[in-house]
Amino acid sequence: MPESLPTEPNQALQSEIAGLIVTALNLDLGPQDIQPDAPLYGEGLGLDSIDILEVALVVSKQYGFSLRADSADNVRIFSSLAGLTQHIAANRTK
Amino acid sequence: MPTLPLLAHSSLDATVAWRGAVPVSVRQFLHEVDALAAQLPAGRHVLNLCGNRYRFTVALAACIVSGRVSVLPPNHTAEMVRQMQRRAPDVFCIADQDARDIDLPVFRYPNDLPPAPSAARIPQIDCDQLIAQVFTSGSTGEPMPHDKRWGSLVRNVQAEGARLGITPAHALLGTVPPQHMYGLETTVLLPLQCGAALHDGSPFYPDDIGMALAQLPRPRVLVTSPYHLRALLAVSTELPAADLLLSATAPLSTQLASEAESRFGCPLLEIYGCTETGQLATRRTTAGVAWQAFPGVRLWNAGETVWAEGGHIDTPTRLSDVIEPLDASPGHFLLHGRHADLVNIAGKRTSLAYLNYQLNAIPGVDDGVFMLPPDDAGALENVRRLAALVVAPTLTPATLMHALRERIDPIFLPRPLLFVDALPRNATGKLPTQLAQGLLASLQAKAALGLRV
Repeated sequence: MPESLPTEPNQALQSEIAGLIVTALNLDLGPQDIQPDAPLYGEGLGLDSIDILEVALVVSKQYGFSLRADSADNVRIFSSLAGLTQHIAANRTK
Repeated sequence: MPTLPLLAHSSLDATVAWRGAVPVSVRQFLHEVDALAAQLPAGRHVLNLCGNRYRFTVALAACIVSGRVSVLPPNHTAEMVRQMQRRAPDVFCIADQDARDIDLPVFRYPNDLPPAPSAARIPQIDCDQLIAQVFTSGSTGEPMPHDKRWGSLVRNVQAEGARLGITPAHALLGTVPPQHMYGLETTVLLPLQCGAALHDGSPFYPDDIGMALAQLPRPRVLVTSPYHLRALLAVSTELPAADLLLSATAPLSTQLASEAESRFGCPLLEIYGCTETGQLATRRTTAGVAWQAFPGVRLWNAGETVWAEGGHIDTPTRLSDVIEPLDASPGHFLLHGRHADLVNIAGKRTSLAYLNYQLNAIPGVDDGVFMLPPDDAGALENVRRLAALVVAPTLTPATLMHALRERIDPIFLPRPLLFVDALPRNATGKLPTQLAQGLLASLQAKAALGLRV
């Protein structure tokens, strides 16, 4: 038996991040409409690089760390809401 | 025939680029250019997709010395790639990373370029040689090519370098891609033609920009856009000092310019230009609203049209902007923005006519129109998205978005895309802006109510 289920707190964080994305980008949908595993870029949610920069700003303000492009993780981070949530959960300072 | 050198460095040992913190000499650069040129496949037209700015520059120079033409389309959508191929069936890509999204033959930039026999001299290039074809989106859906020849390109960036005071001691870092005119001119050709050095990165996130800038020796220049600048200034961490900031692609507010000047401790200059003419003028945003044309460049109004000539411009060229020359100070003018049909979002340009053409060309679309949302009170650097109204009873929003994505740059995808039964066209088939905006506003109000229920 695992001592804790890491997905539990991530659920709340994931909804919070979905809300931040919808508000920051003024999207025409509700936070619950963002599929956790659908791509944020391109065919999924349809975000582009301007949006990603906007999300990066909100993330650094809200969670106290900066996104960087030097890791190969960058593709995975923005591959989906779930990927972004994992990255934030692992790196947040507040 | 007149020629001009590939680069203006006075010695083969001078630094032409920084790969991170490691300098690259002119000698090494020329070796790599020759080695790459020898490996390129047949085909005269090249889409240079290299993401690393140094590799982009080597590939560009290899194309120049081997008589190839670089094509610069406004976007890389499937439809644009098909149009490129129709115009130039021999077109291929040079890429230094995955290019699976693009349906063209790909030449992979080699990881190791074999050492070539010592290239002892800097190549001279014929001023009439066609270097690049830059495409703008025409209103009929066909992209319009603009030929860029060596002499005119070089004279343009020489004028820019003189205006900005770029010397062989300068190093330049760009956040904008070299695949568009501003990035090509200012982050690649400008350092080459001023004997200066370019940084090989294209950092995107604020922290990455700061780190890359700090790697360069001073005097150093940051070549950026209002969007990157706004993100950069939003971070609270200390920014490395710079010696010059350059911004283009979209208007910059005086407030942001003044904050940037104080955070970086140096002047910020905006550059004005367009695809047809290249760069034309600069201004220091904090010093006033008037632009100063490059020496020799003249702008004048003929009725509603503005023309530019002189300087690096080979033949008088019509501009798409609304300009007011200031007669009291020759060479100075005010820029009143683009003609109504033109759209500029985050530095990318197109026209409503082009977008409407693409929308209505989709099977299943009976009628449709793109619209600029009304001006809001936000800062200049805030991104405004387009809206679209469409009559397409047999399509779902998802299939229509998918079809649009094949045809137009993602930045212009409508947000929102609203389905209607009919557009309020008048008896002559025209769609009065006021009626369309009214319909948009009422649909959005309904949608907002719907969300709250």
